[in-house]
Amino acid sequence: MMDWQPLSLTFRLAFVTTILLFIIAIPLAYWLAYAKNRVKPVIETLISMPLVLPPTVLGFYLLLAFSPNNAFGQWLDASLGLRLVFSFEGLVIGSLLYSLPFMVHPIQSGFANLSPSLKEAAYILGKSRWTTLTKVLLPNIRPSLLTGIVLSFAHTIGEFGVVLMIGGNIPGQTKVASITIYDEVESLNYAAANTYSLILFVITFCILLLVYLVNGGHVKSYWK
Amino acid sequence: MNFAEGGRKLDIEIQLEKGQFVTLYGKSGAGKTSILRMLAGLLRPDAGHIQVEGRQWYAHNKNIFLSPQKRQLGFLFQDYALFPNMSVRENLLFALPKGQPDAIIAELIELMELRELQNRRPNRLSGGQQQRVALARALVQKPPLLLLDEPLSALDQEMRLKLQEYLLEIHRKYGLTTILVSHEPNEILRLSDTVYVIEQGRLLNTCSPQALFPDSVTQSLSCTGTILSLFEEEGRVKVKLSIQGQTVSHRVEKEKARNWSVGQDVQVELDFSTLRVKKSS
Repeated sequence: MMDWQPLSLTFRLAFVTTILLFIIAIPLAYWLAYAKNRVKPVIETLISMPLVLPPTVLGFYLLLAFSPNNAFGQWLDASLGLRLVFSFEGLVIGSLLYSLPFMVHPIQSGFANLSPSLKEAAYILGKSRWTTLTKVLLPNIRPSLLTGIVLSFAHTIGEFGVVLMIGGNIPGQTKVASITIYDEVESLNYAAANTYSLILFVITFCILLLVYLVNGGHVKSYWK
Repeated sequence: MNFAEGGRKLDIEIQLEKGQFVTLYGKSGAGKTSILRMLAGLLRPDAGHIQVEGRQWYAHNKNIFLSPQKRQLGFLFQDYALFPNMSVRENLLFALPKGQPDAIIAELIELMELRELQNRRPNRLSGGQQQRVALARALVQKPPLLLLDEPLSALDQEMRLKLQEYLLEIHRKYGLTTILVSHEPNEILRLSDTVYVIEQGRLLNTCSPQALFPDSVTQSLSCTGTILSLFEEEGRVKVKLSIQGQTVSHRVEKEKARNWSVGQDVQVELDFSTLRVKKSS
């Protein structure tokens, strides 16, 4: 009998992470696309780090930061009652950092590719920055928003190294599908490993296919 | 309205009267678009002031800088800047401030002849149609000042002429003060009262369009042609020329045709005192 918990946990993690990332990334991407600042290259680099940094490095530093034996971890435990090691909440934080560039880059790119005269025309018509963002800019970068959401979601599903470091392999809490597959292979349960792997393969394939179809204009999306 | 702006590359002082239609004329990079953008609040000058109808829009020494949102003006961009996610009508409605009656929308739709197009998205409109919508949208708030940043340069000649008519009409009807940036002599002659010639960031000259382009009405036309054949006939040379795809015949003195050969490209000057103009079918 198959245990669906790792899969439901994986999707719950991906879902929560994607929603939070969407909210965080829009102001970030807006700033990166439009502001002129000496600090910008540094921030851009930091945001892009998870693309090249080994996930175990990220996981290791998060482990150190969250550990109740250290100052930050202690403060978190005392003030917010949060133990971020070996917890779902810790995984969310880790995933936010891990998948950040996958949400920020498409949206930043979307903003940057809009003609600057759109924003200027809206300002001249008396529209505030917020109104311009929500009524003019965001509606015209829908494909970028979709790409960001989908890529972040799919990327979080595949998270392994970070989870390995700060997860603790707790069933129902931090034992996500990718970890489970690793476990099953270690225990020589190839059949079980195959089931989980195949499911993940098919789902991520379908997600990416969706992005390419919609953005390529092959499907008359109901977004338009 | 008067403004004076200073900066590393731009140093201009201009005073306009209400109701004027003026043109900023000069080579690319002279600073004409920068002036419009500074007036609109899209670009911040280094020094100077901008005053419109008694209101300070920008004053460097008093640290006043009104954002574009707070300035009352209309602006036409070279790329039209219509919002792609909205229909023509929605673009116009977007310009309407909250609580204002929408009678002006209907009025502008009729004036700019957009009735059949009002539910279309901008990507299904031609360039000329888009610019008409942009013009209507700029007028929804009935601004006193209209800035035109080479708005017709992306259009073909026929559409350009039609849009010029619209510009003239709305300038008169709404009593606007209009500033146009343009390179086209005929356009400047047709639309504006005064031309400010700007070169390398400085105001070179202020004059009427007629003074700037005195020879733009020509009595002779020059074009290129190709020699098709040369024949000696009755002591002179008969030459057949191909000009713009049409064949014409002409007689010249022998001396003149001495260095000519078949297939050679020549310059043809047509002097005319009468011109027959007909509508093309």
